Amino acid sequence: MSGIGTGYDLSVSTFSPDGRVFQTAYAQKAVDNGGTVVGIRCKDGVVLGVEKPVASKMLVDGSNRHTYPINQQSGMAVAGVSADGRQIVNRAMQEATQYKGFYGEVIPGYVLSERIASYVHLFNLYWYVRPFGAAMLMASYDSEGPQLYLIEPGGTAHRYFGTAIGKGRQSAKTDIEKLKLTELSCRQGVVEVAKILHTVHDEEKPFELELAWICDESKKEFKRVPADLAAEAEQQAKAAMDEDMDS
Amino acid sequence: MDVRFDGLQAELDQPVSMGTTIIAASYDGGVVLGADSRTTTGNYIANRVTDKITPLAENVYICRSGSAADTQAISAYVQWFLQQHAVDLDRHVSVKTAAKLAQTMVYQNKNMFQAGLIIAGWDKQGGGSVHTVPLGGTLLQVPYSIGGSGSGYITGLCDKLWRPNMTQQECQEFVVRAVTHAMARDGSSGGCIRTVTISQQGVKRDFLPHTRVPIAYGEMQQPISAAS
Repeated sequence: MSGIGTGYDLSVSTFSPDGRVFQTAYAQKAVDNGGTVVGIRCKDGVVLGVEKPVASKMLVDGSNRHTYPINQQSGMAVAGVSADGRQIVNRAMQEATQYKGFYGEVIPGYVLSERIASYVHLFNLYWYVRPFGAAMLMASYDSEGPQLYLIEPGGTAHRYFGTAIGKGRQSAKTDIEKLKLTELSCRQGVVEVAKILHTVHDEEKPFELELAWICDESKKEFKRVPADLAAEAEQQAKAAMDEDMDS
Repeated sequence: MDVRFDGLQAELDQPVSMGTTIIAASYDGGVVLGADSRTTTGNYIANRVTDKITPLAENVYICRSGSAADTQAISAYVQWFLQQHAVDLDRHVSVKTAAKLAQTMVYQNKNMFQAGLIIAGWDKQGGGSVHTVPLGGTLLQVPYSIGGSGSGYITGLCDKLWRPNMTQQECQEFVVRAVTHAMARDGSSGGCIRTVTISQQGVKRDFLPHTRVPIAYGEMQQPISAAS
C-alpha cells in the first residue's frame, strides 16, 4: 500500500492528482481492518451487532462497549478505532441534548445523522487535525419509523435497509441481501445478525458478540438486547454454523 | 397651562400596550385563535383595528398581548428561527417547537419583556395544539388558553363553556362568545373580533367588524340605520 500516495498523502488538506484525499482513504482502512459491525432495519425496529475480538482472557466480559445510546430514540455502533468512535458518540449526545433543549422536541434521525456527518467531515478539511478512524452505524426510531444510517470517516451519511462495515463486510453484506427485511421482526433479526457475525468471524480466535436494538419490543428505546435473547441467538447461530460444517 | 401639557405628554409617554383579550382553543382536528383589535397608548386608542394574531409559520400562529413592541420583536425572531429550522428539517415545523423558541426568548429576557403569548397551530405529529407562554416565561400545553387584560373577566365563562372534542363551528362560536364578553367588560379591549382557524386543511382568517360583534347584556342595540 505504501508508495501509492507518496507525497500526496501526508496531509488531509492535500488532493492527489487523480482527485483523492489519501488521508481519508487511510482512515477508511482503519475501519476496514477492524471488527465487523452489522446493522439491519427490520419491520418494527433496527438491530445492531458488533464482533469484538477478545484480546486477552483477562478481559471482563461485557466491558469494552461498542454500542452506545445517544438519547432514548437513537444509538450507535462503532467500527474501527474505538477511541475515535467514542468521541463521535459524545458529540452525538451533545447534539441531541442541545437540540431538545432548544427546539423542545427530540432530534429526528435524519437531522442527527447529518449533524454527525458534518462534524466528522470537519476533520477532513483542516491540516492540523486528522480524520476519525471510525465509522458508525446509527439506529433511530422516531415518528418517521425505524431508520439505519451509516456515517463514514469521510463525513458522508447514508440511510440503509441493511449494511455492514469492518473486516467481514463483504460476505456480511451478501448475507444481509438475502434476508427479507420488510418481513423480519427484530426478534428474528437478532438471530440473523448473530448468525452473520458468527459466519464471518475467523473461527479460531475467541470473540464476543455485542447486540443492541431499538424496536417496538424495547418500547422504542435504544438498549442492549436482553441477555436471554442474546444467549439464545448465539446458540442458534452456533447451531447453524455446525450444520453448515457437517453438510 | 403647563399642567395640561404635562398631562398630555405623560399620556403620550405611556408605552404602547395591547390591553387585550386573546384566546386560543383546540377542537377535534385543529385550533381556533381569537383576539380583539384595540391597541392603546394610555387612554388613547392608537389602533382600533389591530391584528394581534401573527403567523410564525404556515401552520403556526401567535396571539400577542402586553407590550406591542416586545411581542412584535419576539415574533420576528421566532419567525426567523423557524424559517431556518424548517430548511434543516425539510418539513413543516411543529407547534411545540415554535412555542419552545418563543418561551426561551421570553424567559432569557424576562426582566425586560412584558409579553403574554399564546402559540397555537396544527402539525402532523401533534394535531391541533395550544401552548401558552405567560409573563414569566413558563411553557404549558393546554386545551385552551386566554390572555390579556380582558381575560380576567371571562375565566369563569370559559371554564363553563369549554368542552373537549368540539366541532370547528362550535369552537369558533366559543371563541367569539368569550372575546365578545371580555370586550364588553374590559375598557382596554374592543374594536372588532379577529379569528384564525388552523387545521389540516389550512388556515382560515375571519373578521367580525364592530357592528357585527354580538351584543352583551346591558349594551345598547345598534341603531337600525347603522346595520351593515
